Parts: sequence; structure tokens; C-alpha cells
Amino acid sequence: MTYLADVRALARKDLLLELRARDTLPAMLLFVVATFVVFHFSLPAHSSQLAASGLLWVAIVFTALLGLGRAFVPEREQRVLDGLVLAPCDRSAIWLAKAIATFAFLAAAELVALPVFALFFHGLDGATVAAVVLADVGICAVGTFLGAMAVATRARDLLLPLLFLPLAIPIVVGGVGASVVDSPGRYLAFLVLYDLLFGVLCWASFDYVVAE
Amino acid sequence: MIRARKLGKRFGDKRVLRGVDLDIEDGAFAVVTGPNGSGKTTLLRLCAGLMLPSEGELDVDVTRAAVGFLAHEPLVYRELTALENLELYGRLYHVLERRERTGMLLERFGLWDVRHDRVASYSRGMTQRLALCRVLLHEPQLLVLDEPFTALDAAGAELLDAQLAELRGARTVLLSTHDPDRVSPLATTRLALA
Repeated sequence: MTYLADVRALARKDLLLELRARDTLPAMLLFVVATFVVFHFSLPAHSSQLAASGLLWVAIVFTALLGLGRAFVPEREQRVLDGLVLAPCDRSAIWLAKAIATFAFLAAAELVALPVFALFFHGLDGATVAAVVLADVGICAVGTFLGAMAVATRARDLLLPLLFLPLAIPIVVGGVGASVVDSPGRYLAFLVLYDLLFGVLCWASFDYVVAE
Repeated sequence: MIRARKLGKRFGDKRVLRGVDLDIEDGAFAVVTGPNGSGKTTLLRLCAGLMLPSEGELDVDVTRAAVGFLAHEPLVYRELTALENLELYGRLYHVLERRERTGMLLERFGLWDVRHDRVASYSRGMTQRLALCRVLLHEPQLLVLDEPFTALDAAGAELLDAQLAELRGARTVLLSTHDPDRVSPLATTRLALA
């Protein structure tokens, strides 16, 4: 219960910071909608569903990258991470809360982006929406972990995409697969497995990332 | 409470601390002095548990929950208010009677009237006062204070003087300063880094 209370306090803080500063969600929204608009006019009129699905997943991954790149900015600017690390709560609570907040921003961006995608390209089915939700979980779990690693370095803006994009490939494979095949169960199960595996790995090893 | 033997710290090839021996008993008031770059901040960060030593031994006989660390930076969020920052830390440190304690500290450090203002609108001195509130919020056994008088005006410095005098003997204090005369009446242990 204490652990969950810590996570709730930290996640609430992240949502409040975004509500005040408004420098993550608007950027994500603008990017993802602009991407769809640009591709709507640049792709051939009768482009395949496969191409459109690929575009959707590339847009989601890069939109998430925008949010992940800013996830630890408030902590970096005032070195507040030292204060959080010193607190007696389990340090994985910092990761979990940050991942939940990033998930909320990404989901909010997708609430606008997915209808825009459906309008410009192909309609969305339930499997695609389920895949997007499952992919968001994996993206936020892994991306937040890597964001905490990158924030301590000088080349953080370069390091995060370099670390994150290779690990996002399975998510894109699973997401595109679930979007285009008739029986998406196998791909959705693959995304669940990815979320569980990387979620547990990140949760268990976050302490080492922020130890020094 | 703190025992160090031949304590050293390197950052890559750069050695910032070497061969420090230190014994600080429970209830001691230890003052660390030294010129810029002598390793005062590094020593304090090691004792607070924010760094691991590169060489030597360091035993700090308290849990993380019992350490209050004042850094050069205030370790508070600029976009949150004073009240929200202390509420967050109070929750993370599981402070009982959080609201009463927060209110008492804000009152004592002259921030009660601006408690709903964002920290970004505070002066450097007000932010330092808030940082002191954050450090004292959970009534830590070990206070690690890195140049706590920085940015405080005369009134703020007097408030801190009074607070430190109150804590002397009841808590263990490890404090670095460029103005040792200010805290010399309280000091029980002195360490000069070269």
C-alpha cells in the first residue's frame, strides 16, 4: 500500500507539472497530427493498408520519443532526482510513476491522433486499438528506464533515440502484425509478453540506474 | 554515526577527494571547511549516500529515511508551489502529521504567505528557505548541509542560526561552509580539506 501511495504521489506530481508547464503534450499532439497530415498528401491516393499501418506505428514511436525525451527534464533542471533518490521510498516507484505519467501523455495524444489517422487513411479495428494500448505500455516502460539513463549524460538527446529505437523494433513488429492480419491474437500475445518481460526487467533494475 | 578511513573519490582520471579520515559521533556538530574544489561537496554527497566511494571505507550508521540533505540546488520543483513541494516530500518520507509540520516550517521560515506561489517566482533566498524546510520536514537524525547560508539574507541567516542552535546535540549535523566563524560556537568537530 505504501508503495502504491508513493507511486501515486509521484505520478500526480508529474501530471501537475505538465498541467502547469504544458511543454510535452502539445508538442506530441502537434507532431503526430502534422505527421499524418503530411503523409496524407504525400502518399499515393490508394496506398495499401500495410503502408498506412507502418506509418501509424512509426508516428506512435516517434511521438513517444518526444515525450520520453522530456520525461526527466524537470528532475534534471533542478537536480531534483537527488531528492527523490534520497527519499526512503522504493526507487522503482520513481520509474513506475514516470512511466504512468508518460503513458497518460501518450494516450492523450493518441486520443486525438487515432481518429485523425482513421479519417485520413484506413479505419481502425479493435485489434489495432488493443495493440496501440499494449505497445504504449512497453514503450513507456522501456523508454522511461532509458530516459533515466540518458538524463545523466551530456549527449542525452542523442543517446535516448539510439538506445530506445532498437528496443522498439519488436513493438513495431507486433503492432503492425496485429493491425494487418486477420487473426491478431498471436501478435497481441507477443506485445503482452514484451510488456511483461521488459516491465519486470526495468522495475527490478531501476535502482542501479539512479544509484550514482 | 559516520566513520571514514582513507576515503577517496575519483571522477574518471580526476581525483577530487583523497585520504579523508573522519569520526562523527551521534549528536556531533561537524564543520567542514576548505577552498573551492577541495572536495567539500563530494564528501557531503558521499555521507548523504548519493555517491559511492572510489577508495577507502565509509560507514554511515543511519538509514536513508533519517538523512536530511541540503545541496547547492534546492531539490524542489520550480513549477510547483512551496506547499505542493513539501506535500510531495512529506508523502515520500511518510511524515506523520504532514500538514501541521509543513505549516509550522513554512511559518518559521517566513514562507507561509507565499505558500501557494510557484517556486519559479521565488527569489534565490526564498528558494533556499524552502530547501531548508524540505530538509527539516521529516526530522532527520543526520543533517548534511552543503553551504546552507548561501543566498540567505541577514534575517534568513539568523533564522538558520537559531534552527542550528536548536538542533545542536539533538541531531547529528555535518555542515560545509566558507564562513566557519558563523558556526564556530556550535561546532564540536572540525575538518579542513586542502
